[in-house]
Amino acid sequence: MTEIFGFPVVVVLGQLVLGLVNGSFYAILSLGLAVIFGLMRVVNFAHGAFYALGAVTALLGLKLLGVNYWAALVLAPLVVGLLGILVERLLLRRLAGLDPLYGLLLTFGIALAIEGTLQQLFGSSGESYPVPEALRGALNLGFMILPRYRAWVIVASLAVCFGTWFVIERTRLGATLRAATENAPLLQAFGVNVPLLVALTYGGGVALAALAGVLAAPVILVNGTMGSSIVIVVFAVVVIGGMGSILGAIVSGLLLGLAEGLTKVVYPEASNIVVFVIMALVLVLRPAGLFGRE
Amino acid sequence: MRPATVALGIALAAAFAAPLIGVYPVFLMKLLCFAMFACAFNLLLGFTGMLSFGHAAFFGAAAYATGWLVTARGWGTLPAILAGVAAAAALGAAIGALAIRRRGIYFAMITMALAQLVYFVCLQAPFTGGENGLQGLPRGSLAGLLPLKSDVAMYYVVLAAFLGVYALIRRIVHSPFGQVLKAIRENESRAVSLGYEIERYKLVAFVLSATLAGLAGSLKALVLGFVTLSDVLQANSGEVILMTLLGGTGTFLGPVVGAGLVVTLEEYLSDVVGGWVTVIIGAVFVACVLLFRRGLVGELAALRSRR
Amino acid sequence: MALRTLTRLAAGLLAGLGAVAATAAPDVVIGAIDDQSGVYADNSGIVAIKMAIADAGGTVLGRKITLLTTDHQNKPDIGASKFREWADQNGLNVVMGGSNTGVNIAMSKVAAAKKVPLFVIGAGGASLTNEDCTAYTVHYGYDTTALANGTATTIVKGGGKSWYFLTADYAFGTQLQTAAAKVVEASGGKVLGAVRVPLSASDFSSFLLQAQGSGAQVIGLANAGEDFVNSLKAANEFGVTKTMKPAGLLVFINNIHAIGLEAAQGLYLTEGWYWDMNEASRAFAKRYVEIAKRPPNMVQAAAYSATMQYLAAVKAAGTTDPDKVMAELKRLKINDMFASGGYIRRDGVMIHDMYVMQVKAPKESKYPWDYYKLVKVIPGEEAFGPVTGLCPLAPK
Repeated sequence: MTEIFGFPVVVVLGQLVLGLVNGSFYAILSLGLAVIFGLMRVVNFAHGAFYALGAVTALLGLKLLGVNYWAALVLAPLVVGLLGILVERLLLRRLAGLDPLYGLLLTFGIALAIEGTLQQLFGSSGESYPVPEALRGALNLGFMILPRYRAWVIVASLAVCFGTWFVIERTRLGATLRAATENAPLLQAFGVNVPLLVALTYGGGVALAALAGVLAAPVILVNGTMGSSIVIVVFAVVVIGGMGSILGAIVSGLLLGLAEGLTKVVYPEASNIVVFVIMALVLVLRPAGLFGRE
Repeated sequence: MRPATVALGIALAAAFAAPLIGVYPVFLMKLLCFAMFACAFNLLLGFTGMLSFGHAAFFGAAAYATGWLVTARGWGTLPAILAGVAAAAALGAAIGALAIRRRGIYFAMITMALAQLVYFVCLQAPFTGGENGLQGLPRGSLAGLLPLKSDVAMYYVVLAAFLGVYALIRRIVHSPFGQVLKAIRENESRAVSLGYEIERYKLVAFVLSATLAGLAGSLKALVLGFVTLSDVLQANSGEVILMTLLGGTGTFLGPVVGAGLVVTLEEYLSDVVGGWVTVIIGAVFVACVLLFRRGLVGELAALRSRR
Repeated sequence: MALRTLTRLAAGLLAGLGAVAATAAPDVVIGAIDDQSGVYADNSGIVAIKMAIADAGGTVLGRKITLLTTDHQNKPDIGASKFREWADQNGLNVVMGGSNTGVNIAMSKVAAAKKVPLFVIGAGGASLTNEDCTAYTVHYGYDTTALANGTATTIVKGGGKSWYFLTADYAFGTQLQTAAAKVVEASGGKVLGAVRVPLSASDFSSFLLQAQGSGAQVIGLANAGEDFVNSLKAANEFGVTKTMKPAGLLVFINNIHAIGLEAAQGLYLTEGWYWDMNEASRAFAKRYVEIAKRPPNMVQAAAYSATMQYLAAVKAAGTTDPDKVMAELKRLKINDMFASGGYIRRDGVMIHDMYVMQVKAPKESKYPWDYYKLVKVIPGEEAFGPVTGLCPLAPK
């Protein structure tokens, strides 16, 4: 068996691939956070709850209405996104102009309410979502057996992330959005419906979280609290990458997934904390974050 | 006499009499520990304007340190409490030094992430007992004089500690140091331009708050006789925020009222509605932020001053 | 005026609280503290405990039997607090502790302090009758020693010599791993390593890769409940079961039902009870199915038996005095639908025969829930081993 620094190559590569799968989820989630923060200056604590809601919606759709995976991939984010718009219009909007900390607290309360409800309805242990027919089976990569579905997660997430990046950086809609981030009153004066734009942005951001939830459903157990610890990791990812940058959010999400995978080879006990340790280091060396512009 | 003084007198008398007339002392002690925790937290949020989302780390670290010392090391009660508090202070200094490099929302997120790191360390370190936690902590006696096995004796010790912390926080806030903290809360850049080294003030406030939160954690561990992961869990950090917010940030009594409400709510509602408690807590959070940001005590005070 | 009203109100409130606390129930109070929503919720014994109370006519010694139940959510603090609160305020006489060794260790500390007998039924950790033993603990049904003596011995004898463990990271998992490792080494096998996985992990993949990297022949699954089901499924998905033979160290029949015979066939496991063993077990299962809509597993059968045994001891002692009841419990023999010739040893372990089973192939299964064939009966003393002397109350 060939080795890298005393670790079998197969193990290193295997854990890196799995790290990339986790990193894909981090990337989509931190991307959504960054989009919301960019326009609204709100750190959306409910992001993990919307992620769980996406997965649960897909599961319920399958069990009650027979909606298959591919349809759920579109419908669940749509449903959750609409709910997000509702949350923005009814609750978050009232905090406009106040200290952004209130937004964090409000979304924390929303997260508790959503997660508590889901946990009551589904129990705490969760259910598994069946892998769609077309993606069953496994690929033999030589160094590991990779279930087809996990390969799909990596490909799909990359597509979603760079698609979103393209929309924001390269299209007219994205230009408007970026302009609103810079100077909302001016844009309003030009006749752009800024409140609508804000609602759509929040809806879009949580729809991304829900999409990550549907992608994750067949890989991990679906339950109400599946998002509560991942959201803290994603917060750390965002602090590391710097909140301002879309590309930064994506890249740091993927990189930290890989870092976690690598830690699992070298020192498995530390794999849960490696992201936080990196965050502490970044804070000491470059407080504004790797891609931050402050 | 002013009505406020009278009310305070009644509250004190009730606090002294409560276990004697049959109120469950363990419940009262739990309530006092959380009230202390909330007061310590409020020193940071209410009087310095820094929202920490990771205060459970200090509460829990002190609880684990005290628990480990009384079980594995056979330390006496008082030295174990002091060591627990010292551990919280040291952790407060480390986390504080990192977190104050950023402000506002970033500060909140960083404290949360670092507290999560502490949680994982507690989950995996050998001396914390992992998922089992530490069980069967002996309460021992206070300096060899007062045995604490009886719930009533323990209650008066906890009550005394709580009153001490409460008085100390009042003292700190009214001192010149406290005035600088308030200046930082009101306008950080102005405080800088007035020539204050605000970083230093912020760090001291953070460490003080962590230390007092640690005392609450150590006492709670001895009261209930165990330390578990629930003490360092992120939910615990959220709860102390809710207590403070609900009662009124930046008021002295607010955190106490908030802690009383939340602990009572959890204790009695959990029998009635079971797991829906989390949902109710979430809803109370939302209502607080949207409807009465000054908290119950704050709104009452505002109402009175308007009259 | 307002002040007086306030004072009166406060006094009234406190007096009211006091009155509630002072009324002790003259009933015989049984507490059931179990996981009702987590990974072990499927093993909850509460239905069986209710059946036992109903079968006893709802009374003992002419006193009404009350059942208090709570969900400990696999958190030791919740279990211990509830236990203490019931003992302080509700006149608690006995607790039927459900799943989770960590929670039961925490509760046993309260049992000792409050002198309330604790029947540990769903949890497996053998430390409960060793390092963590108390004068009031009874370990009913099975423990990690008995499981290891059954399954690990059988597999090593069948040629599975080198082991790697996937262990649930809390008291139960580590004790099961320790017990199994001891048995593996004593029978001439070798343990190559272990990876500790958090309780109710949502994704086992990276842990399985670690196990696969070890090159061992057997992957010992030192976990239980849904954790077992999910880790075995993931092992299939990642092709781990092609290179390593899985060994389920604690498997309940409902887990086999969830996995399906196709995937589970051939698996060896150790049980304390199986519904299709004899007339008495089948009769109990039939009654249980009518209420719960599925057959009981060994934990649920043990919960019924334990409750009946406690009530019999109360009757024999003529009192609920904890010390007298414990003395009766250790004197009486257990002969019911759960065990024949069983007894509670001085260290608190309930000794009875254990059964090594093998999961049937789909074509061998003739009717619903016909899942096991008996491989071997292990006599009680052999399965649970001798008194270790680790419990200070029961020297060697």
